[in-house]
Amino acid sequence: MSFEKLTQIISTVIPLPIDNVDTDQIIPARFLKSINREGFGDNLFRDWRYDTSNEPIMGFVLNDSQINGKILVAGRNFGCGSSREHAAWAIYDYGIRVVLSTSFADIFKNNALNIGLLPIEVPENFIEKIFDLFAVKKKLNLKVNLQEQQVEIINTDEKVGFDISSYKKNCLLNGIDDIDYLVLKTDRIEEFEQGIK
Amino acid sequence: MMQTKTLFDKVWEKHIVDQIDDKLNMLYIDRHFIHEVTSPQAFSGIEKRGISVFRPKQTIATADHNVPTENQHLEIKEELSRIQVDKLKENCAKHSIDLYGLGNPYNGIVHVIGPELGITQPGMTIVCGDSHTSTHGAFGSIAFGIGTSEVEMVFASQCLMQAKPKRMLIQIDGEQKVGVTAKDIILYVLSRLTSAGAIGYFIEFAGSAIENLSMEGRMTLCNMSIELGARGGMIAPDQTTFDYIKNRQFAPNGDFEQKILEWKQLKTDEGAEFDSSHFFDSTDIEPMITYGTNPGMGIKLTGKIPNKNEKDKYFTKALNYMNLERNKSILGHPIDYIFIGSCTNGRIEDLRDAAKIIKGRKKNPNVKGYIVPGSKQVEEQAIKEGIDLIFKDAGFELRQSGCSACLAMNEDKIPSGAYCVSTSNRNFEGRQGPGARTLLASPLTAAASAINGYITDPREFLI
Repeated sequence: MSFEKLTQIISTVIPLPIDNVDTDQIIPARFLKSINREGFGDNLFRDWRYDTSNEPIMGFVLNDSQINGKILVAGRNFGCGSSREHAAWAIYDYGIRVVLSTSFADIFKNNALNIGLLPIEVPENFIEKIFDLFAVKKKLNLKVNLQEQQVEIINTDEKVGFDISSYKKNCLLNGIDDIDYLVLKTDRIEEFEQGIK
Repeated sequence: MMQTKTLFDKVWEKHIVDQIDDKLNMLYIDRHFIHEVTSPQAFSGIEKRGISVFRPKQTIATADHNVPTENQHLEIKEELSRIQVDKLKENCAKHSIDLYGLGNPYNGIVHVIGPELGITQPGMTIVCGDSHTSTHGAFGSIAFGIGTSEVEMVFASQCLMQAKPKRMLIQIDGEQKVGVTAKDIILYVLSRLTSAGAIGYFIEFAGSAIENLSMEGRMTLCNMSIELGARGGMIAPDQTTFDYIKNRQFAPNGDFEQKILEWKQLKTDEGAEFDSSHFFDSTDIEPMITYGTNPGMGIKLTGKIPNKNEKDKYFTKALNYMNLERNKSILGHPIDYIFIGSCTNGRIEDLRDAAKIIKGRKKNPNVKGYIVPGSKQVEEQAIKEGIDLIFKDAGFELRQSGCSACLAMNEDKIPSGAYCVSTSNRNFEGRQGPGARTLLASPLTAAASAINGYITDPREFLI
């Protein structure tokens, strides 16, 4: 199943300066009762976004009409906890294409890459700079160039590189997923199975 | 000289089908567990592609996350849960996958039934669309949680694309103190290394304190290795492991002794190198409890909540959510609920621990409790041992098996603002229900706290 290609994203940012954002916050378990992949964006950060009477909680970043964008910038250890891919689906469904953090939980990172959501690890001072600049002027533009593996703060020309597996990079650039690749390898897999018997 | 290898290296290397790029391996998966919540989109994915499940006999299914823990013989009331459970049944039938669904004597939480049926064995690669798959590492297997796209990959090819994690050793030596369980050991390690302390690593737990643990204890430990941020945790198999597996339903056929000889090779070679190592002394470990909103925020039961600066936004947010104060003791804090169960502490040994405290006592009238066995087999064993009656006499009820209030996907929820001493694995905001305040601890501590109605050191009842 292919997904939307990702080559370059130029966008304003949504800052979320909180560490250890777990997947129960990204999408609470009670919203996992779907047999489809779509529609999770409505409940993205549900319990931070809405109170128990379903009223928007003012002060939460997604409820600020001035703030929007395709790039989420978060504190360290983003996506920890449950393996629910629904967390990555919810972020994608909301319209976000890139998440920046100093570190990601391993399962979340894999899930994101598998659906065409790009998790980018950058140094702490770069994240801090984004949060600081954002606090001063609300509109902050970032450019993410996957081909060159680089993130740029357009307002200040500051750039930083990032790491990604060459295979995964190719998948994202071309909008192809692992299964397209794996099913071509079944001969090799069968050979492997014979070997272990 | 022969190259020395860690246990992890040995099992990983044996499962590499291909090298994809400088980072990714194509890894063969021996066993794949599925459940109702993270599998439906993977089934529809392969159907859209027009492919079938490549090795259906290597996938095992159960219904656990959504299921009610009472009246399981009736139709599931909650519509969306019922649809997921029915969908699983339909998908398994269509794709020839063995399902231990509701009503089956082997039904239960996926990470409880795999080991108790003898499906989980040393040296295997095991995955499931659930982060606590790390539990199975207790048998010396590489076991880790995956997302739904990866579930689909395993359906399609019995393989996954994975970067090889770094290797971490956590060695714990020394005698375990009275009142200390495997849960306390892992909460202690978490409090020392934090919930992000092992990102990018696969852990091997070793040392005399680990060797002395039962399989149940080892499973509790490996279960929560994911809470350290690790991909998983594993323990070299030994006689305790072999004795546990022997004679179970799906234990290896044929020459079991021969199999044991093979399994005995699964250990880290003398002098093999880890990318990171941590050493702890078991005599430093006491009964633990968490006070915050991630499992790394734990203290000794007799300790005080840390006195961190107001500027620590994350810490302040956590304490506000929990409505707890800095620098205060946690012992004696009133509680509203206890939850004993989950893939962390829902095994027979955990129920025995709880019963040890509860026997002959009454629960505090202000405390409500969910005591939920991890599987039908655990439930039956508890009944056989009369543990259900001990609970009943104290004012509790032994429910039917499932994930229950660990993640509150079924009706078992902790109300907003209520404090729950829980034997589960996560104390995240809202994990046990919106606004619920979770304090993670051992079954001993949960049971003792239920008797008194406030957070209690279980040693009070053990000595």
